[in-house]
Amino acid sequence: MAPQGMEIERRNETRLTLGQALPYALLTVSILPILAGYAWVLIATFSQRTNGLLPLDAQGNLGGLTFENWAFLSESDIWKATLNSFGIGMSMVVGVGSISALAAYALSRMNFPGRKGFLGMTMVLHAFRPEMLLIAIFQVLLFIGGIPLLGDLFGFNTVGGVALVMVTLDLPLGIWLMKGFFDNLSWDMERAALIDGASRFRVWWEILLPQIRPGLAALSIFMFIQGWNAYIIPFTFTIGSRVANLPVYINRFSGDTSFVSWNKVAAIGLFQLIPVLIFFIFTQEALLNIYGGGSKGGT
Amino acid sequence: MRVELDNLTKRWGDVTGADGITLDMQNGEFVAFLGPSGCGKTTTLLMVAGIYKPTAGEIRFDERVVNQVAPKDRNIGMVFQSYALYPHMSVRQNIGYPLKLKKTPADEMEKRVQRVADMMGIGHLLARRPAQLSGGQQQRVALGRALVKEPSLLLFDEPLSNLDARLRLTMRSEIKRLQLDLGITSIYVTHDQVEAMTMADRIAVMKEGKLQAYAPPNELYEQPRTIFIAGFVGNPPMNLFDAQIVQEGKRYLARRQGFEMEVPHKQGSRAVGKGQVVVGIRPEDISLAQNTGITGEVFVVEPLGRDNLVDVRIEDLHLFVLADPRQPLQIGDPVQLQIDGGKVQLFDPETEYSLLWT
Repeated sequence: MAPQGMEIERRNETRLTLGQALPYALLTVSILPILAGYAWVLIATFSQRTNGLLPLDAQGNLGGLTFENWAFLSESDIWKATLNSFGIGMSMVVGVGSISALAAYALSRMNFPGRKGFLGMTMVLHAFRPEMLLIAIFQVLLFIGGIPLLGDLFGFNTVGGVALVMVTLDLPLGIWLMKGFFDNLSWDMERAALIDGASRFRVWWEILLPQIRPGLAALSIFMFIQGWNAYIIPFTFTIGSRVANLPVYINRFSGDTSFVSWNKVAAIGLFQLIPVLIFFIFTQEALLNIYGGGSKGGT
Repeated sequence: MRVELDNLTKRWGDVTGADGITLDMQNGEFVAFLGPSGCGKTTTLLMVAGIYKPTAGEIRFDERVVNQVAPKDRNIGMVFQSYALYPHMSVRQNIGYPLKLKKTPADEMEKRVQRVADMMGIGHLLARRPAQLSGGQQQRVALGRALVKEPSLLLFDEPLSNLDARLRLTMRSEIKRLQLDLGITSIYVTHDQVEAMTMADRIAVMKEGKLQAYAPPNELYEQPRTIFIAGFVGNPPMNLFDAQIVQEGKRYLARRQGFEMEVPHKQGSRAVGKGQVVVGIRPEDISLAQNTGITGEVFVVEPLGRDNLVDVRIEDLHLFVLADPRQPLQIGDPVQLQIDGGKVQLFDPETEYSLLWT
C-alpha cells in the first residue's frame, strides 16, 4: 500500500495548480535578498572589487577575477586561529554536552532539596547577557591565571580560559534543553532497567542516553557553532594572534586605522562558514529535531 | 517465595499513596491488587519492587526485611502496562539485558534468551526492534524479559490494559497458565475486576490507599465486606439501595416506598432496628415472575447477547435484572420481580461495612 500511495503523491506534485504554486513563488521572491547576500560574498572573495554583484578590476572595468583574497590560507596565523576556533567549539560540545546531560538527568529524575531553586537560578543566570559579566569574568580569569599549572590552561589570555567561560555561559541553556528531553522519557523504562539489574549510572548511559541521541546531537551542533563563531568573549579575554580565534582574526582586518579590504574579509568569512555548512548538511535532521522535543521510534 | 507486607505506608508530604497495607502471600501464590485508578495499588507494587521507599512499615521476602534492598538485588521480574521495552535494542537484546547485567556468559545467555522467547512464541522475532512488533508481541517480549532471569517474584502492572479485548482474553489465560507452570509468586495489579477474578488465587481490594479486603475471588463475590467491594466486584454490578429492615412476627422485611421483600432470618436479624441500611442484590439473583412479587416497569433493555440486562423502575428505585432474551420486553411494560432473599447483602451506610460478614 505504502509505495503506491507515494507514487500518487509524486504524480500530484508534478501537476501543481496555481494555488499550490503561489506559496512557492512568494517564498522564492522573499528569499532572493538573502540569496543575493550570499552570492555577493561568494563573488567578492574571487574579485578585486565589486559593484553590486558584478566583479570589477582596479580600474573599474568588468573582470578582475583573482585568487589573491585567499592568500591568507598560506599564513600560519589563520591556521592557528582555525585550530583555536575548533578547540573552543569542541570544548563547548564536550563540556556543555556531558555536563548538561548529567545535570539534566538529576534535575529531571531525582528529588533533592534545592532542585526547584536551582532550576530557577539557572534560568535567571541565562538571562544575563555575557557582556554584563565581562568585568567579573575578567577578575575570575585573572585569579585562575594566578594558580600554578591550572592558570596556564584556563587563565586569562588562554584558549582554555575562553572555552571555560563559554561553556559556563551556555550551560543553563544546555541543561534546560536536555531536561526537556529527559522529561519526555517514560519512567517505566527506567524502572524496568533498575529492576533488570542496572545501576543508576548504567540506566543513564545505556537506556536513556541512546534515546535522547537526537537531542544530544542537536545540542552538540548548536554548541559547536556557538564556540566556532564566538567573538565577544575571545576578543575580550585574549591578546595577540597566538590565542585569537577566527572571528577575532577577521576583526583585525577591519581595524579603526587601516583601510578595510572587504573582499578579504568576505574570503575569511566564507572560509569560516565552510565547516558549519558541512556540519549542518549532515545533521540538519537532528538539528530540527530539537524543537520536536524527543526520541523517535519509542514504543 | 513468601512475601509479607506489614503496615506498609507511602506518603509524599500530605498525599498518602498507600496507607497501612498488611497482607501475606504464600509461595507460588497469584495475588491481584484490585481497585480504581489512584487507589494505591501501583504505589504498593512499586514499593515491593524497590522503586519507592516505604515511609513506614516493612516488606519481607521469606522473613528477610528488604526495605533497604535495591531493586536489582531483589530478584524480581516486572511487566509494565507500557511494556517499557528499550526501543534502541533488538528483541534479543531486550530479553537478554537482565542476563547481560548479571554478566552471564554469551553462549548461555543466547541459549536462555532463545528458550524464553520460544516459550513466549516470539522465537522468530529476536532480530526485530520493539517498534516493529504488534502490541501483543511487545507484551510477550516484556514478559520474556521479566522471566529470563528466573525471578522469585513476578510483578505485573496492568499488563493487558493496552491490548485489544480479544487479545486480552488470550494473554490472560496464557499468563495464568505460565504462572501455574513456573510456580513463581506473582502480584498482578489491575483495575479490571474480571481479570482479578479469573486469574488470582487471592484478591486484595484497595480503595484510597487502604486495603478493603484480602480474600479469594469467590469469597469476595459471595461475601463482600464493604459497599465498595459489592459495587466493584461482579459484572453487571450489584444493585445497591437504601431500605429499612423491619420485623413482622417471625418475618423480616426490607421495605422502602413501593418496595417490600422478605429477608431470611439469618440476614434480617442482624439489620433489624438499625434504621436505614444499604441493601445489595445482584442482577442474576432477581428474576422476572408471573403475577407475583414486586411490581415495576421496564425502563431500559440492554441486550448483552446471552442475557438481557433490564433496568426496572419501581417508584424512584432502579433495579438491574438479568432476563432471558427470548422474553419479549418493551419499554414501559409492567413486570413482576422475584428476588432470591437468601442472596441479599446488607450494609451499614455509616461505616460502609457489611452487617453480615466481618
